[in-house]
This record gives sequence, C-alpha cells and structure tokens, in this order.
Amino acid sequence: MRTIQPHLQAIAYASIAALALLALLSSHWWAGELAGQMQFDARLLPPSTAHWLGTDALGRELWARTLAGLGLSFWVGCLAALLGTAIALSLAILAMLSPRLDALVQLLIDTLLSVPHLILLLLIAFALGGGLHAVIIAVATTHWPSLARVLRAELLQLRQAPYIGISRALGKSQGFIVLHHFLPHALPHCLVGALLLFPHAILHEAALTFLGVGLSPSQPAIGILLADAMRYLSGGYWWLGVFPGLGLLLMVLSIERTATLLRRALSP
Amino acid sequence: MLEACQIDFAFTAQPPLLKSVSMGVNAGEWVGLSGDSGAGKSTLGQLLAGYYLPHSGRVVVDGEKLPSRGIKPVQWLPQSPELAVNPRWRVSRVLNEAWMPPDALCRAFGIKPDWLNRLPGSLSGGELQRICVLRALAPGVRYLIADEISTMLDPITQVELWQALKAEAQTRRLGVLVISHDTALIKRLCSRHYHLKRGQLEDC
Amino acid sequence: MLRIEQLTLELPYYPRWWQRRFATHLDQLSFSAAAGSLHAVVGASGAGKSLLAHTIMGLLPANARLSGQCFYQETLLDAKRQRHLRGRHMALIPQSLNALDPLVRTQRQVSWAANRSGLAHKAAWQAAGQALNHYQLDDRAGRAYPHELSGGMARRVLTAMAHAGQASLIIADEPTVGLDPVQRDRVLSALRSLAHQGKLVILITHDLRHALPIADHVTIMHQGRSVETAPASAFTGMGETLKSAYAQTLWQALPDNAFSASEIIHKKEESVA
Repeated sequence: MRTIQPHLQAIAYASIAALALLALLSSHWWAGELAGQMQFDARLLPPSTAHWLGTDALGRELWARTLAGLGLSFWVGCLAALLGTAIALSLAILAMLSPRLDALVQLLIDTLLSVPHLILLLLIAFALGGGLHAVIIAVATTHWPSLARVLRAELLQLRQAPYIGISRALGKSQGFIVLHHFLPHALPHCLVGALLLFPHAILHEAALTFLGVGLSPSQPAIGILLADAMRYLSGGYWWLGVFPGLGLLLMVLSIERTATLLRRALSP
Repeated sequence: MLEACQIDFAFTAQPPLLKSVSMGVNAGEWVGLSGDSGAGKSTLGQLLAGYYLPHSGRVVVDGEKLPSRGIKPVQWLPQSPELAVNPRWRVSRVLNEAWMPPDALCRAFGIKPDWLNRLPGSLSGGELQRICVLRALAPGVRYLIADEISTMLDPITQVELWQALKAEAQTRRLGVLVISHDTALIKRLCSRHYHLKRGQLEDC
Repeated sequence: MLRIEQLTLELPYYPRWWQRRFATHLDQLSFSAAAGSLHAVVGASGAGKSLLAHTIMGLLPANARLSGQCFYQETLLDAKRQRHLRGRHMALIPQSLNALDPLVRTQRQVSWAANRSGLAHKAAWQAAGQALNHYQLDDRAGRAYPHELSGGMARRVLTAMAHAGQASLIIADEPTVGLDPVQRDRVLSALRSLAHQGKLVILITHDLRHALPIADHVTIMHQGRSVETAPASAFTGMGETLKSAYAQTLWQALPDNAFSASEIIHKKEESVA
C-alpha cells in the first residue's frame, strides 16, 4: 500500500501555508490602495471577470478589501496570541516557585474563566477606548487563562519527574532548573498554544470590530466588512458577506490544522 | 559513614511507612536492602539522599547534616533510566550535568562516543542506565543509593554495569546501598544485608 | 504449531525530515514451537523481542518491510489469516498495562475477549467470571476499573483475557516487568498452567532466570538474530551443552552463577562489527 509519508505531508502543508502567508502580509502594499478606492459607477456589482469578488456599496473592490482585512487580522492575531502566551507562560512558571504563588495564579485563572469571555472583552476594549491597541490588549488579557492552566498542569507533572529531583541533587539551582528543564519543556506547548490561540484572537477581533468597539470603520478589517455586509444582506447582496467570511474561515482552519500537525511533530 | 538515626516517615494522609528506622553504610562498604514491594525501600533510599525530610530522626553523612544547596554527597539512582534523564537533552549534556567524566571512566562503563550526540530516546535502557550511574559519580559524591538499577537489564548488561561500578567504588571508597528484591544479586555484591518489613529493619 | 522461518523486519526512520532509511530489527530469525509447551524468547532490551510479537500478530505499522514466513498449524500466516485468527486463536498479552480500557469494568473487558472467540453474550460473561476466578481475582476485582487494580492484578486480568478467549497461541510480552516476586511468580505460574492445557505460550522476556523454571524451550535473541534455541534443561551447571558463546555468557552472567561476562563474547562482537 502506498501512502504519502507524513513528514512530506507536513512539508507540503507548511510550504502552502508560507505562500498564503506571504500573499497576506504583502497585500498591504499591492491591495491596500485599491481597498480604499471608491468607484461610484461600479457600486454593489456581483462577482464578474472585471470585479473578481464584486464591489461594495461605495464601489470598492471586495477582493482587495478581503485580502487587506485578512492581512490586518493576521497582525492583530499574531500580536494578541504572542502577548497572551507570554502572560500564560510567566504565570505558569511563577506558580511553580511556591505553593502560595500557585494558589494565587489559580485564583486568577479561575476568576477570569468564570466571567463570560465576550463581556470581559467588550469591557476592556471599551475602557481602553477602542482602536488597534485596545483590541490586541483586550484579546491578549482575556485569552491566556486556558493556556496558563494547561502549562501549569504540564509543569506540575514535570516537577514530579525523577530527573528534576536528580538535577537538584546534583547541585543545580532553581534558576537553572527553570531555564534548562522547565522552559524547554514548556516551549513546544507554548508554540502550539499560541497557534491555537491565534484563530480565537482573529475571531474575537472581528467580533469586537463588528460590535463597534474595535478598529475604526475606515480600516478594512474583516469585522468591518462583515458588519457592512449585514446591512445589505436583505437586499440580496450575498457576496459582501460570503467572501470575507469564507476568507476568515479558511485562514482560521489552516492555522488550526498547522497547529495540529506541529503538535504531532513536536511530541516525542 | 552514611547513617539514618531513628527515622519516622509517612506520606500525607497515609499510615506510617517507616517506624524509627536506624541503619548505616560505611565508606567503601556495599550494603544490601531488600523488602516486599510497598514496604518503603525506595522511600528509605530517597530519604537517605535528601529527597524527602524525615518526620523525626535524622540522616547524617560523615557526621554532618545533608547540605540543602550544592551537590549532595549521597546520590539516588532510580530504577527506570528513561525517567531519570531529560528526553530533550542530548546524551552528552545529560552526562555532563554535574561533571565531565574522564574518557577512561567512560570507557570503563562501556559508554560509546557515538551515543553522546544522540537523544536519550534512541538508547536502550541498559545504555541509558550506564549514563545515569556515571553522571551521579561526580566529585564530592561519597555514597550511592542504587534503587533496583539492574532490574530491567539483561544478565550480561547487568554484570557489566555492576563490575564497572564496583571498580570505581573501590578506587574512590564509595559506600553503596543496593536496593533490590533479588537476594542472589545482593549476596553477590554486598557484605551485609538489611531486610525491610512492616516499616522496620531486620539484619540478615 | 508455530514455525518462523528467516524472518527479517526493517522499519523506516528519519535521520532528517526529508530522508528515510531502514533499520533492521529482526535478522533472519527462525525457530519453531509445539502446542502444549512454553517457549521463552529471551534477549536484551532492543533485541527486537516486542517486534517479534507484533509480527506474529500482524500488528506492524504499514510502512514496515518484512521478509520470511510464519507458519501457524503448518499453514502460512498472511495478513488475512492474521486478521481472522487474532483474538480467536491467537492472543497477545501486551507489555503496557495501558492496553486495558480505563472506562470499562474488568469483567466486561474480559467478556469482550470471550465474545470475540465466538461465545454468545451470556456464555462469554460466565467464561469471563471463571477466567478471573482462575487467576485468583474475586468479584470485587471483576467490578473494578483498571486504575483500581495493582500492577500484578492488571497483568492477571490481561492473562485472564487471553485465557477466556480460548486462544491456542498466547504471546506474553514482558509480563513480569515491574512486579514484585510474589506477583511475578503468580503471573508466571498462570502462563505455565495455560501451556499445561495444551496451548502454546510464547513468553517474551529479558529475565532469563525466572523464565527457565517454567519454560520448555528457550530461544536466545541478540541484535535481532536468534542465537540459539535450546531446551530449558540445557541451562545448567556451567552451560557446557549450550552451543553458542552468547548463550553461555548470558547464563554465566546470572548472579547465582559466575556473575561475570567472559571476554569471548566481546571479542566476537567486535570482529563482527
């Protein structure tokens, strides 16, 4: 029986993802201008050869707006995921140091997890006055608890491993053990955690923007596009909602898939 | 001399495991410790190496308490070498965690140079156990607690490991406590032999 | 009843992401064993013992390269026949205790094995109860979940599954690892009693000393090859009747014997390398 080797599959996947990423990240330069350009003689046109994904109510090209929106979302997702992971990792390591700190960290995790996600998100973004930085901070500060909980459990289990005790008996300091035993063990989990956090961050960025406390309406974010599309949906202008939504879905799914592959590859 | 004086120990919310246990291992002496599973052999070994603190009584090494910092003069060697090494570290890094063993000693323990650049997962249990034993022989270590270290090994590997350890222990006058339920092995290696039964030691 | 001829097994490994090489795990391995006997396969860890069990059962990964043949009851054992016989006529007692389903009570799991071998639902349940009793596991153990069992009890549950399944070929992969002497002797005598009932038991172990009293024949494995197959009675005295130097050294290395590995074997190994 011939099957594609799993490692080749992973490589193929990674190269496709890298290509898509490149297109997204560079979209700002070659589609950014087009995304804001209004053509008043071409308003609300359905997809055709001239207008690939159709145009919106102000005659702007939807494909350019979708790409630019995805690019923007990607940045927001990246920053929020990184920030959230950093918070989770530092708290998990803090929890290792003493039982009292551990109790404190756990209390924090439980408190944050018990409050509904979106409400907290809205409150923080609102308090920070909206805009790009508010979205990133709000998403990061609400998304770390589940990852912190996983990391803490992982490290607690590791602390019981004989080789940690042996390292201590061989005269290694707490700092050495954290740096050379705990951190290398936690990093792959962090990487996967960050990648899994990423789609969440993007979705919530879109949600916040959709609800009006996120990015400003002039920026071509996916949330803005979708909010816009809502107004025209009853008029039968389906492409306004379908294409940005599909783009978002594809991006989220492909990142999720990459994370799954990565987790499989990294677990020894 | 490595001494345990009147040690009492119990795990949280469990009946007492060790009841006023006293024992000693002299420098350069090989002593056996046997007992049924669950009798607390391993726990006693770990107490002697400072992994736990006794509820009452003391562990004394050459007249002093076990130091809380720095390399411990008593090293504990567990049964499964797979769990005793960081699976992400290369073997050379594992071996050199506390000291750099001289090449002659590596050869005496049958450690091949091509293992050093590999990850522990690609070595067999017997190969890893040699690495673990040699790692624990850092300068300043005077006593070893060998906790069933050869149970998972085939007879030839077992003999080679013990012979290498015996030679090194002799030159450095290491005291070794051999924990095993294999009495034939203990008789071969040790001059004296304790048996742990219901939390108390018996001389054999 | 079981005959293995020139079995060679290679498994792929990946030194780099894009490279694939094959490592030889079994090298022209041959032996045969008759029904009603206990055949021990002894070797160091990494000698390919577990892979032998998986090869016979047909549980190898799809990318394995295999040559040579296994015959079961004088008929070639191919993938289709393995699928048919597995669980009905051939049973594996795995090395890992994780093989038990953690969410299912013991007796139910044992009855699944009986069910697979063709017993109807109710009969299977009764057979499971009898099998558990046979290994001194009471009703309480039958109602327990796997995590409530001690290591020795879990081993006996796995043995009881092989027993209840009424398989005629039973392969036990390192059944004594991590057991104290009392538990170990119980598991080994359970295996011996299976052989007395006319089944063929293949005992895969690194523990030569405790395999000898219960085994009829012993195959010594070294680096994927079968070095020697000898009757268990050959392991006596200085081991003069053993043909290979490796088997002799293995026997001599036991603590009850000389407790030394003579140099012959090492010189031999180096010249091969």
